[in-house]
Amino acid sequence: MTNTKFKDTDMQAIIGWVLRAGVFVSMLVVFIGGVIYLSRHSTEHIDYHEFKGVPDFVHTLPGIFHGILAGRGRAIIQAGIILLIATPVVRIIFSAVGFMIEKDYLYVGITLLVLLIIISAILTGHGG
Amino acid sequence: MSVLVLTLIILVGSYFAGLLGSLTGLGGGVVIIPLLTIGLGVNIHYAIGASLVSVIATSSGSAAAYVKEGITNMRIGMFLEIATTTGALIGAMLSLVIHAPVIAVIFGVILIFSAIMSLRKKDTTVLQNESVWAQKLKLNGSYPTADGEIIKYSVRKVGGGFIMMLFAGVISGLLGIGSGSLKVVAMDSIMRVPFKVSTTTSNFMIGVTAAASAVVYLQRGYIDPALAMPVVIGVLLGALTGSKILVNSNSSGWLRWVFAVIVTILAGQMIYNGLSGKI
Repeated sequence: MTNTKFKDTDMQAIIGWVLRAGVFVSMLVVFIGGVIYLSRHSTEHIDYHEFKGVPDFVHTLPGIFHGILAGRGRAIIQAGIILLIATPVVRIIFSAVGFMIEKDYLYVGITLLVLLIIISAILTGHGG
Repeated sequence: MSVLVLTLIILVGSYFAGLLGSLTGLGGGVVIIPLLTIGLGVNIHYAIGASLVSVIATSSGSAAAYVKEGITNMRIGMFLEIATTTGALIGAMLSLVIHAPVIAVIFGVILIFSAIMSLRKKDTTVLQNESVWAQKLKLNGSYPTADGEIIKYSVRKVGGGFIMMLFAGVISGLLGIGSGSLKVVAMDSIMRVPFKVSTTTSNFMIGVTAAASAVVYLQRGYIDPALAMPVVIGVLLGALTGSKILVNSNSSGWLRWVFAVIVTILAGQMIYNGLSGKI
């Protein structure tokens, strides 16, 4: 029992670190992208009243990739946002590994089920 | 409005939304959405997308601190995330087909409910019973108090809590908020998880719940980076300031009442704008 307890706190320390690092890195990327975006577009006019979706270079993964290479601010911001969304997902993967080390297979299963739901969200997001 | 002016206004507004959300325990999302939609005329779909991103940032940031203290019950969190992520996925799908005014009205109702919940008295009794499901799922746990004492607790009505969490997930995905108040209802009132544990565990779950619907919003083009950038930075900084204030003072009763009144006014405006079709 004491052994399990020890591993539980170990896992919590690692998960705390993953979350902190994820937020820090993604915010840094968002901030850099924001500075580039503002330095180029600060005087333009903008209106979010009508919903028009977002332009391609911040919508599709290849678009974002090319946008970053071209040094476009909004593509860099979007990459930061994707990193941020990925942070809790990475946390789930770490949890699964942690439960695996503890040999708590019930919770390995539960954790993988949550991961599966998120993957299905990724796969169905475009369709329907 | 020029990009620079709008970005600065959103940044400052988001800072105060994050601050208010953190001090009330309601989360930044419930304040940022009325601010963007009513205050700045932003389309509610963009507002929901930007809010969801800020919810992930604040939840992950504060969960990192709590999880190290060993108060968060990761098994309760993980198990109930099955319900919240499923709900969030359904909510995000619904949001694509439900008209903006209807979303605004639902938002207002949930907001009023959250404001009332933030005022209620906290029940501090710790349950010691034998629920079969709680044992099978290893949900009973313990947490350290400020004096280093270990308090053991058990939970009840796992099924009821699970169903309530499914609903919390739908609301989160539909409205782009953490719906922390509903999560706390599920854990506090139904499952009788101790207050300290339910608050931190709810926070821990919010990031994953929001991520499940955020991937749908992202692919549908609801997350505009130019709008999300000042929102996420502002809300996160505001929430950090709020948590510093909370550590240094026990938030007094009258302050919470002031916040509850502000939030109720915002809710009323959302409902009015929704019903009159202005959103």
